[in-house]
Amino acid sequence: MSDERDDAGTGPNAQGGRIGRGPALSGRADVPALKLVGTLAIAGALAGMLIVTVYQWAQPRILAHQARVLGDAIREVLHDPDHYQTLFVVNGTLTAELPAGQDSTGLDRVYLGFDASGAPSGFAIVGAEPGFQDVIRLIFGYDADKGRLLGMKVLENKETPGLGDKIEKDSTFTGGFAGALSPLRGVKKGAGTGKDDEVDMITGATISSRAVIAIINHRLEQIGPLLGKYHAGVTQ
Amino acid sequence: MKATTPAQDLTRGVWRENPVLVQLLGLCPTLAVTNTVANSIAMGLATFFVLVGSSFLVSSLKKLIPNEIRMSGFILIIATFVTIVDMLLQAIVPDIHKALGAFIALIVVNCIILGRQEAFASKRPVGRSVLDAVGSGAGFMIALLMMGAFRELLGNGSLLGYPVLGPSFEPWVIMILPPGGFFTLGFILLGFGWWKSKEEEKPKLRRWPHGVVSKEAA
Repeated sequence: MSDERDDAGTGPNAQGGRIGRGPALSGRADVPALKLVGTLAIAGALAGMLIVTVYQWAQPRILAHQARVLGDAIREVLHDPDHYQTLFVVNGTLTAELPAGQDSTGLDRVYLGFDASGAPSGFAIVGAEPGFQDVIRLIFGYDADKGRLLGMKVLENKETPGLGDKIEKDSTFTGGFAGALSPLRGVKKGAGTGKDDEVDMITGATISSRAVIAIINHRLEQIGPLLGKYHAGVTQ
Repeated sequence: MKATTPAQDLTRGVWRENPVLVQLLGLCPTLAVTNTVANSIAMGLATFFVLVGSSFLVSSLKKLIPNEIRMSGFILIIATFVTIVDMLLQAIVPDIHKALGAFIALIVVNCIILGRQEAFASKRPVGRSVLDAVGSGAGFMIALLMMGAFRELLGNGSLLGYPVLGPSFEPWVIMILPPGGFFTLGFILLGFGWWKSKEEEKPKLRRWPHGVVSKEAA
């Protein structure tokens, strides 16, 4: 197809097949630069307006879907709490109420679940770090009182299908996190000694399994002390 | 350039000049997202929509686009369609969007689309351009479906997520990994080439009695 174009550029444009070409296309250097820039600018502006229109329709739906997925995940890792509350990390402490004027965008946050009697049942915490192929994003439930995990669910992974993606699909692996004592220690399947902080890794997906364990440990290292403090405040 | 009938414009891209199987264009998405039938369908539909929409607009606006900036103009039109498709997929079928990932955005640089604009839509009437785009889009989708069905069947023992090969089948994981894409494409091209050479060996028997088709094919 490039051959046809070369013909069109140098030869006479009356060549067969070039039906319906306007005068703008007939010469090579006839069109002033300003017109070229103007045409592109107008076209760009129109395209931009079109995209904004679609964006305004689509964005609320996209956000609603993301919120629904996150909500489901929170309920799953906290084992169906009665309700849950979002807590923001502001100035090194957890707070449910944002200071006046503070925007919640970009703030680190955790979710605190409550059981039917209104007592806190555990924190749900999102973490993300590179795995084998791309960033793994996961959420885990954590009981700050006992220092134990409640559950783990992978939210996003692009690990190798059939191997690394077992971190999301293999229920033996994901189930192994419930009740595990923090900080976690990954052990080869069958090589464990039955200690509480051991999590069986997946054969053939060692790097992905290690990444999952590391994400949880790092996140708890970073935010764990805050959780303990907040938890003590609520239960007193 | 030969004059073509509307029917030829429509069917050319489907089989005889299939963008993937004959022209070997658009191989990046063909290899990357065809590990399941569902992904193939979604990618095929997204590309189809972008191709038809872009061809329609390019053909309608061809008099307004100065020759010097036609490429930028085409890319602008294509990119607008792709952005819209990207957002629509994310809003309507988020799971598919998650599976296709970056490859939706990369439809912008799919050479099938730019190729049809440059070779066809930018110099033909609107109706013909849309026919041509529909044909090429369908051809691309057929190629993706062949890839997706083959890879999902062997790599996962299922089609469209429904197990068809039974529990005793041990999935060939490699078929849904990148190497499986290359193997599958190789075998499909091999089969296609073999079929075409068979066809050419017996042209007399297959051609339309009045010689209409053979004149066009010659």
